[in-house]
Amino acid sequence: MNADRELLLDMTDLRKDFEGLMAVFDVSFPVRRGEIVSLIGPNGAGKTTIFNLITGVLPATSGSVRYRGRELRGLRPHQINALGLARTFQNVRLFGNMTVLENVMVGRHARTRYGALSTAFRLPAARRAEREIRERAMRELARVGLEPKAGEGSLSLPFGQQRLLEIARALATEPSLLLLDEAGSGLNGAEKDDLGRLIRSLRGSGITILLVEHDIPFVMGLSDRVVVLEHGVLIADGTPAQVQGDPRVIAAYLGEEVGGKC
Amino acid sequence: MKALLRRKNLRWLWILLAVVASGILTVALGSLKHFQPYNYVQLALDGLRAGSIYALMAMGFVVVYSVTGIINFAQGEFVMLGAMITLTVDGLDLPLPPALKLIVSIVAGVLLTTAVGALMERLTIYPARRSAPVTLIIITIGVTIILRAVALLIWGADPHVLPAFTTLALEDRIFRIGDVTIQAQSLWIWGTLAAILVLLYLFLQRSLIGKALRACAVNRRGAQLMGINPSRMSLLSFALAAALGAIGGIVLGPVTRPIYDMGVMLGLRGFVAAILGGLLSVPGVVVGGLLLGVVENLAAGVTYPAFKSAVAFVILIALLLFRPQGILGGGEKPAEEA
Amino acid sequence: MQTRRIPANTVGLVVFALVVFALGAVDLVRPFGLRFSDLTGRVVTLDTMIRIGILTIVVVGLNLLMGYAGQISLGQAGFYALGAYASAILSTLAARHGILPGISDAWWWPWLAMLAGMGLTGLFAYLVGRPILRLKGNYLAMATLGLGFIINIFSAEFPSITGGNDGLTEIPRLRIGEFLLWPMQRYYFLVWGAAVLVILVALNIVNSRIGRALRAIHTGETAAATCGVDTERAKVQALVISAMMASLAGSLYAHFQSAVSPNPFGFTTSVELVTMAAVGGLSSVWGAPFGVATLYVIGDLIKSRMEKILPLQGGGYELILYGLLLVLIMIFLPSGVTAGGMDALRRLRRRRRPDAGEQTA
Repeated sequence: MNADRELLLDMTDLRKDFEGLMAVFDVSFPVRRGEIVSLIGPNGAGKTTIFNLITGVLPATSGSVRYRGRELRGLRPHQINALGLARTFQNVRLFGNMTVLENVMVGRHARTRYGALSTAFRLPAARRAEREIRERAMRELARVGLEPKAGEGSLSLPFGQQRLLEIARALATEPSLLLLDEAGSGLNGAEKDDLGRLIRSLRGSGITILLVEHDIPFVMGLSDRVVVLEHGVLIADGTPAQVQGDPRVIAAYLGEEVGGKC
Repeated sequence: MKALLRRKNLRWLWILLAVVASGILTVALGSLKHFQPYNYVQLALDGLRAGSIYALMAMGFVVVYSVTGIINFAQGEFVMLGAMITLTVDGLDLPLPPALKLIVSIVAGVLLTTAVGALMERLTIYPARRSAPVTLIIITIGVTIILRAVALLIWGADPHVLPAFTTLALEDRIFRIGDVTIQAQSLWIWGTLAAILVLLYLFLQRSLIGKALRACAVNRRGAQLMGINPSRMSLLSFALAAALGAIGGIVLGPVTRPIYDMGVMLGLRGFVAAILGGLLSVPGVVVGGLLLGVVENLAAGVTYPAFKSAVAFVILIALLLFRPQGILGGGEKPAEEA
Repeated sequence: MQTRRIPANTVGLVVFALVVFALGAVDLVRPFGLRFSDLTGRVVTLDTMIRIGILTIVVVGLNLLMGYAGQISLGQAGFYALGAYASAILSTLAARHGILPGISDAWWWPWLAMLAGMGLTGLFAYLVGRPILRLKGNYLAMATLGLGFIINIFSAEFPSITGGNDGLTEIPRLRIGEFLLWPMQRYYFLVWGAAVLVILVALNIVNSRIGRALRAIHTGETAAATCGVDTERAKVQALVISAMMASLAGSLYAHFQSAVSPNPFGFTTSVELVTMAAVGGLSSVWGAPFGVATLYVIGDLIKSRMEKILPLQGGGYELILYGLLLVLIMIFLPSGVTAGGMDALRRLRRRRRPDAGEQTA
């Protein structure tokens, strides 16, 4: 069943070498359309690095990342975004000098365009486009439940809502694949439930989701597939049940708990 | 591994090619002016003299930058102040033999300029230590303007004179080797540079404070955890940079006539030298300074004298665009991400 | 709220334009025989107002580049010079070189030259901007500094074209058909008309797609890139816009002064421009006119008063003032006077009405 779905993201032997520190070592795993895949692993396993490699923020040392057959290595972040990949950040990088709505409107940057003259003199073409941008941005805010806060300063939101805002901004770029980097960190139980519901509804509307997460129960209940990294190496890739029973995974996490983190 | 090696060799090959090409170009242009070998040597030696001053200034840049991460635009003004204060004290009617008076003036010049550097740090840098880089850049520019304007008020717009160290008069002793002339002051300049290098080395490597300074430069947070006070190190770095600049200005004084705005072009040259050397390595920027001095003088000599300033800027732009981490020394690339 | 801010700016702009034009009208109409300078007690003259207007145009562009896009430029005087020299050289083609005698002394030629200057300067900024804007912070500052210097040096080095160190003189005044935009009383309206237009364009840009992109880049370049913003392109666009504005101002300067030389376009000017931008406030387009006016007026005041109090040799008190102001404002009011002033106003208003709700950022 799974194998029939379109291969959206295909990672092959992806490697990132930081002048001697091997952060990601020949990692390969696919992400299929409509899946919710979680990327887990102890601290320092290289999960965020992989996100940075996929989205073009960091250049890979070797290997390949293909999105719908198209090689992503060498493309700049905005080009990758235009293809349909959007992301959030582990440490929530909002644009603090703008309102909640304006943050989401930035997400529409690549999807609407109007010329220099229209911009300079606010011609009707510009006004129309701005209205569309604003409306679309409001819709994304509504999707994450932040509509009432549209006019507030983005940094004045409580932390959990800042995470939602980042998701709304990513959604505004019309992604087919959404990369969420620890979107659940720092959220309380109720907020996490809401997040899980949101993720499921996003999948329902056709967006494929790749998550990096720390909260194992949250991940296990939500994902179709779980990929486990340890020290930059992929040690497991399967359904939640398969991964939970995998002795290597257990060892990796136990090692961390006992305090054996290198 | 082999691929890496091949790449590194290729880079040095390009640099070598560039050097050879410029050498040929220089000789070609020089032959238009009927240059003899001694002309080139003369230009190079004079360039080494200016280059030594650039090197001293670049050291000042390195000290401040490595400890605080700030590029101190006012470095050129320290050079100017050193020269001006010294010549003012030397011009006073003091009951001392001329040689002693000069020594006293030099000490005064260095000490007072160092004090200015320290004051600058306390009054303008320290209060803004948490600001964005843009803000700090503008602040150092502001201090530069103030220092220059005050200098203009005190000393006017005319050039002044500082007597040569050897003769204690305006006329300097000149040595001749074949057709090449060397001013005695040039020897003072090179000697000072060498002495400073040795002293600085001893200070940074052997003394406790010097080691603390280096620790701060390498890892500020780590140094803090070790009990080193970063704000005191910041103060020290500015004071040290001021002293270095002052010394440079003082030995340069007899060669060019000190004037209130001499800091501008010198500062920029010193900065180019610092970038050439990678902004973080003292030996690197010294070589950078000497190299800049020689290249600049040779280039201006075979073309137009007015191009002297242009050379420094063209090198600057080229470096910034192609190799901001400098050619020599282990400089750092500007950060990939804010 | 976002939607309410746009009309406020429009109202502000209209009021601003009205005030500025009314002031200029005083010298034209001479009610009760008064001149403009009488209104200000001889402190500010019409000449000064025109200069303020010209520099406002440059600083608005610089503001967009530094305040919104967050890129520093210590060589903006270079673009200013390019515009001035373009106008100077092209307008005097017939007079100095006898090129295109019928066309190049027509009334519309200098206007064409002005547009050509803007185009050329913009192109130059585009070519130079791509590689230079990859640098950050200190490195960018030094690169723009070097650029400004190189333009300055080159403008002094080709006497046959640029007039060398003495520059070019006898630049014709601007005309529309037979109507001469001179004397000063008339030129004032051209300059301030242009300034109002430039402010309008800047305000539109700030509230547009590209303005948001620039503000986003300022705060978080990587995050902006992953949201689809071509950061390199946006930064270059900001540079080109600011360069074209500076060029326009340069052209207006050339026809005002009727002469250009390397002198007014050096490093000092670049620093003055940055000071004016910073003092006025980098976070608001309105910071530009206020910053320029503040520094000019205070500079003039200091110059005239200080010379009487302390006639020390040299002069240049206003330089000390610039330096001091720059340092103090950067330490205490890093977001500039306009923002600082607005903050203070907000605080005052809150104190008077303690029951008013907490204002969001």
